[in-house]
Amino acid sequence: MCRNNAAGTGMSTTLVSSPHGSRPNRVDRVMQEVLLALVPGVLAMIWFFGWGVLVNIALAVAVAVAAEAAVMRVRRRPIRPAIGDYSAVVTAVLFAISVPPTLPWWMTLLGMVFAIVLVKQLYGGIGYNPFNPAMAGYVFLLVSYPVAMTTWLAPGMLAEHSLSLMESLRLIFAGALPSGIEWDAISAATPLDAMRGKLDQGLAIQEIRLSPLWGDFGGRGWEWIANWFLLGGVYLLWRRIITWHIPVSMLSALAVAAGVFWLIDPTTHPFPAFHLFSGAAILGAFFIATDPVSACTTRKGQLLFGASIGILVFVIRTWGGYPDAVAFAVLLMNIAAPTIDHYTQPRVFGHTRDGVNR
Amino acid sequence: MAATHSLPSRERLWKFHGGIHVPDEKSLSNTRPVEVMPVPGRLVIPLQQHIGATARPAVKVGEQVLKGQLLAQAEGYVSASIHASSSGTLVAIEPHPVPHPSGLSALCAVIETDGEDTWAELPEPMTHYAQLDASEIRERIRWAGVVGLGGASFPTSVKLNPGPDQRIRTLILNGAECEPYITCDDLLMRERAGDILAGARIMHHLLDGPRILIGIEDNKPEAIDAMRFALAETDMRGYTEIRAIPTLYPSGGEKQLIRILTGEEVPTHAIPARIGVVCQNVGSAAAVADAVLEGRPLISRIVTVTGRAIVEPRNLEVRIGTPVSDLIAHCGGYRERPRKLVSGGPMMGFEIAHPEIPVTKPTNCVLALTETEAPDPGPALACIRCGRCAEVCPAKLLPQQLYWHARAKDLDRVQDYNLFDCIECGCCAQVCPSHIPLVQYYRYAKNEVWAREEEKRKAELARARHEAKQVRLERQERERKARLRQKKESLEAGPARSGSDQDAKKAAIEAAKQRAAAKKAAAAKAEETDDA
Repeated sequence: MCRNNAAGTGMSTTLVSSPHGSRPNRVDRVMQEVLLALVPGVLAMIWFFGWGVLVNIALAVAVAVAAEAAVMRVRRRPIRPAIGDYSAVVTAVLFAISVPPTLPWWMTLLGMVFAIVLVKQLYGGIGYNPFNPAMAGYVFLLVSYPVAMTTWLAPGMLAEHSLSLMESLRLIFAGALPSGIEWDAISAATPLDAMRGKLDQGLAIQEIRLSPLWGDFGGRGWEWIANWFLLGGVYLLWRRIITWHIPVSMLSALAVAAGVFWLIDPTTHPFPAFHLFSGAAILGAFFIATDPVSACTTRKGQLLFGASIGILVFVIRTWGGYPDAVAFAVLLMNIAAPTIDHYTQPRVFGHTRDGVNR
Repeated sequence: MAATHSLPSRERLWKFHGGIHVPDEKSLSNTRPVEVMPVPGRLVIPLQQHIGATARPAVKVGEQVLKGQLLAQAEGYVSASIHASSSGTLVAIEPHPVPHPSGLSALCAVIETDGEDTWAELPEPMTHYAQLDASEIRERIRWAGVVGLGGASFPTSVKLNPGPDQRIRTLILNGAECEPYITCDDLLMRERAGDILAGARIMHHLLDGPRILIGIEDNKPEAIDAMRFALAETDMRGYTEIRAIPTLYPSGGEKQLIRILTGEEVPTHAIPARIGVVCQNVGSAAAVADAVLEGRPLISRIVTVTGRAIVEPRNLEVRIGTPVSDLIAHCGGYRERPRKLVSGGPMMGFEIAHPEIPVTKPTNCVLALTETEAPDPGPALACIRCGRCAEVCPAKLLPQQLYWHARAKDLDRVQDYNLFDCIECGCCAQVCPSHIPLVQYYRYAKNEVWAREEEKRKAELARARHEAKQVRLERQERERKARLRQKKESLEAGPARSGSDQDAKKAAIEAAKQRAAAKKAAAAKAEETDDA
């Protein structure tokens, strides 16, 4: 190709395809918006569960960024763009708010290294990981250290003692409780855990609901955290970072499944709102299942993907071995995403519905 | 002539999938009237400015040419004639850089103008075209070298000849002008609405009376008003509608505009005529009016010269062949060094490598973008599968899958994902958060597919040739053997029959021997007498 080889003083440039204008959208901006949308929910978590949440976030972010940088160095790729896209930070924050606020530091470290190095970077880094790294890291710890991963603090108003920043740091980094305080004084089962335990003991929902653990429609404290995450989710919708398809299909499938069983037997199946507002359903619907890399990309596929997660969450919560199920459900559907995408391709303009040319 | 059809629900508009809102930047250039550019000292007129075959030169180097004189004759059905856009001397027909994405050179007629701008003798105006045969009018349009002025530059006369078995129900005039920055159609509609409608009326006649829909994006209220005002003055109101359509890129894409105005989709790999629609740019309509009603060939067009790097952005009426650098100079030159010089709009235009390239029939805009307007997008990041591209794709494709397979050079898969339904509008690349040059990948993949098909075709040809050669060699061998066999057979079978032949030969040899002996004897005798 002879470009610009005629005599003259033409601008010698490499010719680039259109479009030529500025492009406002950027990966780092997308990730920053996600982080911003997480702020209200995270503040609510700190309000109810104390400084441990913040310590976890700081620790997880530091480990994730360091792990990402280390892998890029080993892969001899530029470090700055990888760190600068904020994707590792988002993974770290989602992981940190999913684990208990008292988790020993080395577990956070282990979980993050697993998430970033094995789940994300070994598959090729951002854009190539088939699984949601934060959820994979969470499940890895849950399977390996089930006790530590299910020991939750009681929400502020229910706890006999609230941990100060120093006490939280000592607990996380040295494993030491404040003197004179027992675990029972600060911990409580999560609402989903408590519901499962009580139901297994043969209690009816009506009796279980009398416990001070319950708020208006979900676990006390938890329901408000879910509300604030919902606000963040609406922000993401408004900013067009995500579309409604996955969150709405996931939450409605969960509500419908829970509703059907609640109608059949309200003594052993909690009201649908309990499912939506007690665990990680809202967080999962807006922030986790919507991770674009590991989710479906076609519209119809996203509806199927979200609805399947909703139903899996209900199934695992109701009959499975774990009290909450968002992480498992998301990972299971991550496996199915490419296949779903393949079978849900939209009808291309000018083609007939069955894909055959007119 | 079936002039009136029942018009379906008035003002009903349809939507196409996706599309994007981009700052339209039209006010940079649409506040001043169109200014006629003076004759440049030198015109460089490419012999191919259209889709189809290159026109054949009809003049000789050194000849004096007049304005409007035929320089090159359309060659073949899909082709367009080229005319001199001013008078002067034809100094060369040689390769010269032309406006093309490749930046390559092509054959151009170079005219040193004489400044007189003398018209050649033009054909008679066809004022009473309604009484004339359609083919006669089409021949005039073809002679005038009218092509689609919206950018594709397909010969207009061909589009106006859909064939006897294709009934055209709707003629669409495209005044959408959805590309940011460009305002040449806007200004044309404001200033020459009557001519556009006159052209539409001619097309209406040629296409045997379809309804006419004129689509204009609603960010051009002055143009809409001017067109409506002009329509009220004509006898076309019964079958013509002017519709303001929502401003959304790429609503000016042919298939998108047809969808918006009629609700119908042009089938993949088909032309609009297939669903009874013909779509023409408003500029082409005005050019048709000039050709038929004035007998004037297409030798100039309106070009928007804009971008924040230009001192005085505006629209110019420019002769075809005027160097782009002259246009920029006429607009006060550069305010700052442009980062990019583009022919066409920012979404689909191509970068100009050489500012000396001439304006051609499809050149609608010369765009000089500053660093702020066209910043370096930075290195492309990995695709995060966010799906924004699929959301905005007007063809309803899955751009990220296309990208994935184009990158892997999986040419079968890109076609499975309908690569050839991509109109290269650039919406996907515009919204991509990873700043991946998606359109470039698609163009690359299309070229690879074409190259592969060409190779396949050549291989097929070579194979056919080889087979033909084998067959020929075998046949020759067979024939040779047959000849030998025949000879052998005839030798074995016929000594008796050829006996007389051999006797004659023997006799001849004998005679020759005797002659030789006699000569010898005579010579010997002569020697003897000499010696004596």
